[in-house]
Amino acid sequence: MSKQKANALREEILRISNVDPLKCMRCGKCSATCPAYDEMNYHPHEFVYMVERGAVEELLDDTSIYRCLSCFACIDRCPRQVEPAKLIEAVRNTCLRKQGANHFKADMLPGKLDPELPQQAVVSAFRKYAK
Amino acid sequence: MQVNNSTGSKDVFRPKIVAFCCNWCSYAGADLAGTNRLNYPADVKIIRVPCSCRVNPLFVLQAFQRGADGVIICGCHPGDCHYTSGNYYARRRMTLLFSMLDFMGIEKGRTRVEWVSAAEGAKFADTMNDFVSTVTALGENRRLEDLRCRK
Amino acid sequence: MHRIGVFVCHCGTNIASTVDVKAVAEAAAKEPGVVFSADYQYMCSEAGQNLIKDTIKEKNLTGVVVCSCSPRMHENTFRKAVSAAGLNPYLLEVANIREQCSWIHKDIKDGTEKAIVLTRAAIAKVVLNAPLVAGTSPVTKRALVIGGGIAGIQTALDIADAGFEVDIVEKRPTIGGKMAQLDKTFPTLDCAACILTPKMVEAAQHEKIRILSYSEVCGVKGFVGSFKVKIKRKARFVKEDVCTGCGLCTEKCPMKRVPNEFNLGMDERRAIYIPFAQAVPKVAVIDPDHCNMLKNGKCGVCAKVCSVGAIDYKAQDSFVEEDYGAIVVATGFEPINIDAYDEFAYSQSKDVVTSLEYERLMNAAGPTGGKLLRPSDGKHPHTIVFVQCVGSRESDGSPKCGKSYCSKICCMYTAKHAMLTREKYPDTEVYVFYIDVRTPGKGFDEFYRRAAEQYGVHYVKGMVGKVVPENGVLKVRAFDLIAGEQLQINADMVVLATAIEPDKTARPLATLLTASMDTNDFFTEAHPKLRPVESPTAGIFLSGACQGPKDIPETVAQAGAAAAKVVGLLAKDSIVCNPCVAHSDEKLCNGCSRCERVCPYGAITYVDKEFKMPDRSIKIRRVSQVNEAVCQGCGACTVVCPSGAMDLKGFSTEQLRAEVDAICK
Repeated sequence: MSKQKANALREEILRISNVDPLKCMRCGKCSATCPAYDEMNYHPHEFVYMVERGAVEELLDDTSIYRCLSCFACIDRCPRQVEPAKLIEAVRNTCLRKQGANHFKADMLPGKLDPELPQQAVVSAFRKYAK
Repeated sequence: MQVNNSTGSKDVFRPKIVAFCCNWCSYAGADLAGTNRLNYPADVKIIRVPCSCRVNPLFVLQAFQRGADGVIICGCHPGDCHYTSGNYYARRRMTLLFSMLDFMGIEKGRTRVEWVSAAEGAKFADTMNDFVSTVTALGENRRLEDLRCRK
Repeated sequence: MHRIGVFVCHCGTNIASTVDVKAVAEAAAKEPGVVFSADYQYMCSEAGQNLIKDTIKEKNLTGVVVCSCSPRMHENTFRKAVSAAGLNPYLLEVANIREQCSWIHKDIKDGTEKAIVLTRAAIAKVVLNAPLVAGTSPVTKRALVIGGGIAGIQTALDIADAGFEVDIVEKRPTIGGKMAQLDKTFPTLDCAACILTPKMVEAAQHEKIRILSYSEVCGVKGFVGSFKVKIKRKARFVKEDVCTGCGLCTEKCPMKRVPNEFNLGMDERRAIYIPFAQAVPKVAVIDPDHCNMLKNGKCGVCAKVCSVGAIDYKAQDSFVEEDYGAIVVATGFEPINIDAYDEFAYSQSKDVVTSLEYERLMNAAGPTGGKLLRPSDGKHPHTIVFVQCVGSRESDGSPKCGKSYCSKICCMYTAKHAMLTREKYPDTEVYVFYIDVRTPGKGFDEFYRRAAEQYGVHYVKGMVGKVVPENGVLKVRAFDLIAGEQLQINADMVVLATAIEPDKTARPLATLLTASMDTNDFFTEAHPKLRPVESPTAGIFLSGACQGPKDIPETVAQAGAAAAKVVGLLAKDSIVCNPCVAHSDEKLCNGCSRCERVCPYGAITYVDKEFKMPDRSIKIRRVSQVNEAVCQGCGACTVVCPSGAMDLKGFSTEQLRAEVDAICK
């Protein structure tokens, strides 16, 4: 990825998340508190620092973004209100948007349909994953 | 145009703002904003008064008459007045004056009373930025300006 | 004919870099009345002041405008210079073109134009300045110290040693403050009580010091040199001058289960108690919330056992009013409430303690007699986790009400706790989780390194994220930033280095004193660098942690500095008053009394005065008179005066209107 492109992506992530990584004072409380810690290759404090440095590509290609439970423990306990979970969510969104491909076609639906599934979930799945 | 005398470009409207600042809180807050290099527009000109209660409503009227576009009075937070109760007097007087000005058609955005303590340099700068943008949006004060005062 | 001189300061490049000082001087020269205008590198330097003095004499100036830094900075400097040249010092105005112009504007054009306008306003004002002569007012040669901790005690001792009388007002039943609760002091590890209690006794025995314990300041009137302070002496229910402090009552009192605040509620005291063994004054006090006699009228044991008859159940709060020349604020600090930090399980487990509680647990006079035992089961802990920065260094507007500042003392006392724990109990593993270790101070970093290197304290860079109490074990989940791994520690105790904040009584006290505070409720100093122990309010001085977080050496140093300032004030027989006071024009006054009603100082009185009328008859009219020694110059009266008789010297209606005109021109 060119530096320019990485930078644009970084700006995009910061815009979506409304997080200022410069507020981080590197105490590590987010990673200390993270229940999904063992599942992740990159941990909440690394997300903050890597986005700050512009190393977004590694994050996009890693499965860690899908391991975040969005439990918001890091947001609650961060002493500087950096909100790492929002940042991870933004990276996740960028990843989905970046690919822009059609991940969910209508003919896949019957196989996945669960009678318990609310209608709303089907609609949002299309919104999120279909082109 | 007179209002543009503080700017290079004649096209951009630059308001004239008079700020009355209490010596003990807001004036020191303005100094602190300076010490911390917090920017706010040069349109704000500060007049030092010993207390916000020294500001006679006539001064506000006179400022508008002479072509000011906005007047802001800054004092100590309620309860923290250096003279015990001066800011309460100021608050009451200005509430009356502002409602009269409102009745006369002077937009409420042109006048403001704000409490800024000596430690709130950032609040001072924020307040001034906000006030200047409000007044700039309202445009020139034509209603109260006495054209005879223009030279 | 006015002859005004304008002096524009470069302040090195502070002003000159964003304001074209030459252009300002040129523009000023064109203003009516200006006969001299010049710019100079540093107006406040001796050469700069000499330039003012020489020009006043040469050009026979009638007024001086200096365009420089804030008048709060150098107005006095220039007033002295002007007066040395024979001009009245109040014929000077300062245009603030540094703090309120050059430092906030980046564009040189904007800056220059604004500076010209500010200069013009100052010229317009100085033309209307009248020579003022400052009066004097007497100084009451006594000082009041509010707060009886180490800061207050030291200040009082220093003032008293200089020969002035001092009263210490302390809200608790004894002086000593937080330092009395400490075990050892860093970095020398000498025992806090051993160095504090002699000072407490010295204060109590000093002939110039009077200790008003269990008292609160509830009203302050007056001004520098003559404050009138109303002090509430809370009912002690024990006669202070009769009680011998034998302590028999505190052993016999049947109300045994009152949480002991001196040990932070970790043990119990009786309803009648002496806070601690070395209390000064060593006099018992009855806690009215728990005493059966005071609540229900049934008991009276203490009165029966007291051999000197010191108990007085009918005692009432009393009030005394005293005069003082100066007031020192030494209200100190307290740890913040950490209930919002439920991730540390402070409210769920007794074994999670604050550092001050740990201090009591280590103290020989504490609830465990100095043995380190877990509060929950009294067992000896084998693993202790210290967490730093709990509530400190949080972002502004933190939802948990944390503090944005560094509490300054925690790194050092945690090192002390860790070191003492390892020294006494080498079988205990000690972990300290830190974000940064801050040890600026004489011998401080060496102390911290000793804890890590010689005592084997595990310092881990990172934070504790969660503490879960489970079957008597505290499961601590933390992060080691250097190793890059999440840690799970089974701890027996967790100690939280709680942030400190100003005492809760500081805010209402500041209101009484009209002394200013910052957003964290610390008292602000008159100048952050050059006047660190004085409040901007004249006659109010600051000592100790009420002004900002401080350790003991710094507190004692500041206490001495505050005392020196107080002595400097009390040594004078009289002080120069502010001449910018209200003045009533008797000819215009219509006797309506409005000014009298708004005056916060009661400085305005009405007198009947004889006036010669145009027809040579004599008429008696009621007119207002301002007591210039009492007036503080707020100007509230000038605005209510319907006839325009009342005006404020130095900030007259004419002057302020001229400034408005000049700015709007």
